[in-house]
Amino acid sequence: MSTPDRVILGGVAALALSCAAVYAHLNSRRVDSPQLGRPASPDVIRRMDISVGADGGGLPPGAGTVAQGRATYAAKCQMCHGEAGTGGIADPLTGGIGSLATAKPVKTVASYWPYAPPLFDYIRRAMPLTAPQSLKDDEVYGLVAYLLSVDGIVAPDARLDAGSLTRIRMPNRKGFISLEDRDFDGNAERIAPPVEGAR
Amino acid sequence: MTDDRRDREVPVAGGGLLHRRALLMAGAITGGGLATSVFAAGRSPPPASMLQPGAALSGYGARSRSGAAIQRIVPELPFPGTGSSRTPLQLLEGTITPNGLHFERHHNGVPQIDPATHELLVHGLVRQPLLFRYEDLLRYPRESRVLFLECSGNSGALGAPEPVQASAGQLNGLVSGAEWTGVRLSRLLGEAGLTGEAAWVQAEGADAAGMVRSIPLSICLDDAMVALFQNGEPLRPEQGFPMRLLLPGIEGNASVKWLRRLKVMAAPAFSREETSKYTDLLPDGKAEQFSLRMGVKSIILNPSYGLDLHGAGYQEISGLAWSGRGSIRKVEVSADGGATWGEAALGGPVLPKALTRFRMPWRWNGAPATLMSRATDETGAVQPLRAAWLAQSGASKGYHSNVVQSWRVQADGKIAHVYA
Ligand code: HEC
Repeated sequence: MSTPDRVILGGVAALALSCAAVYAHLNSRRVDSPQLGRPASPDVIRRMDISVGADGGGLPPGAGTVAQGRATYAAKCQMCHGEAGTGGIADPLTGGIGSLATAKPVKTVASYWPYAPPLFDYIRRAMPLTAPQSLKDDEVYGLVAYLLSVDGIVAPDARLDAGSLTRIRMPNRKGFISLEDRDFDGNAERIAPPVEGAR
Repeated sequence: MTDDRRDREVPVAGGGLLHRRALLMAGAITGGGLATSVFAAGRSPPPASMLQPGAALSGYGARSRSGAAIQRIVPELPFPGTGSSRTPLQLLEGTITPNGLHFERHHNGVPQIDPATHELLVHGLVRQPLLFRYEDLLRYPRESRVLFLECSGNSGALGAPEPVQASAGQLNGLVSGAEWTGVRLSRLLGEAGLTGEAAWVQAEGADAAGMVRSIPLSICLDDAMVALFQNGEPLRPEQGFPMRLLLPGIEGNASVKWLRRLKVMAAPAFSREETSKYTDLLPDGKAEQFSLRMGVKSIILNPSYGLDLHGAGYQEISGLAWSGRGSIRKVEVSADGGATWGEAALGGPVLPKALTRFRMPWRWNGAPATLMSRATDETGAVQPLRAAWLAQSGASKGYHSNVVQSWRVQADGKIAHVYA
């Protein structure tokens, strides 16, 4: 065996020894989880968490009007979602109210979404498609106001902030059945019989 | 083929389906038999590959030139990073999808993430919010599991009024199988310490869609993992590098890629992906929500559309079966449009929430035949017929289609997609 090989083997043996020592040390402390996460400060959480819940939790300060939103929409959204949100190369955002039980349901923000705050959440995090997270909070409030005004869900002169946006009642608010009590199994062949009165 | 061997083939159902024992019979495959060498007689020249040294060793293997033709099925998209590519299931074998052919579904492109700067935040209803770096997670105890991953929009085309003439992969290729390795999610949540009201966990991705899904705590604490490796190598960017959620048996969208944040909550956030999308609109206008578990399903891949038969005789019918509820108990195959069924052989090991390969020996007599497969999972749930599924779900549901599918073999060996 040449010298370099012997050096490497020696190193491996030393490493194995030190690993064994580390494991023995871990075992002696009876650590059952590595606990390598570092505490996250409220400041770090605030910077990373942009989620808005259905209850309006997480909505930021600020406000926007239908008129402001109409202008932002024309400049930054219309090229994909069409005039007044009627759809284009991307999804329609308005219209379709009352169509869900028909043979040709039209699912839009107006006809289908059960809550308004998630609209703020989605636009702020994901739109416009080509520049997500580029909108100011006031612009997002304005866009929500404008889009919901098209179908009369808010008044034509509405101004939305965290409080008023949370109070909006969407037309399809009662349209969803949670499958929580069916073990989240929505398949046609599910075996467990539906729980009485679950609907 | 000797008459003797044919005598030992036991029919189990109409249309020429044979007992699965026939798979074990040596030489059951047609034609060929003895003198099949291209250079049957005399001294034949050796192949060129034996007359000169081959190519050099390489740092990362490439596919054979003939195999390189196998590609994901990528549609024309208005926005190239928003949409899905499908696994060409009918061109693959076994149950593990090669990483480069695993289906993709992205909502705004594939991010390139530097693992040195990426962190995973666990916060919300926890005693101690924690930040984990990629290198931290690499030091955690790992587990490996072979699992299927399926987009709940898979096979949505089966709802079309007329059968779409397309390959098995085009129709059903939003499912793939892989061995995933990572850290149990329950371990990370446990380290942060759940508080009393904890009931849901919102997962967020670090992509340009800022993908978010609310996931029931029961699923997170069951067998969910933060996956770091796929089929032995670090995740690929299009599968969530450096880390992704992997929820066994659950619709693919909830296995959030490029995972950066887990927020423990008392109630779902009702974000866009769990209201506007991934909900199941029923004929009465109501929609089922959080229909997370994938149903029991099977598809015949061989023969299938585009893989026509070349003459009557012995064929092997094979395909894949899976269920989000656990293991596949049995797969039945019909060659006469569902009039009679025979039980297929399952390739082992049959793993829970993983793809299972089934095989069925068949002696095709050359007459038109309609092939179907029907899987039963460990809970006893049976894959529904299309008509039954439509009656319950309505044509506009679009998600969670797991209907029995049918291929019509015509007398000339051509194969069409039919509703039977
Ligand atoms: C370059 C095209 C483009 C632009 C510009 C754009 N969007 Fe979108 N939008 C899309 C696409 C594509 C989707 C679907 C994304 C997906 O598949 O997840 C979408 C989805 C949405 C949705 C969700 C629709 C639903 O029913 O689920 C909303 C709301 C939305 N966009 C609002 C906006 C607003 C507001 C703007 C302007 C600030 C905007 N979009 C600009 C392309 C665009």
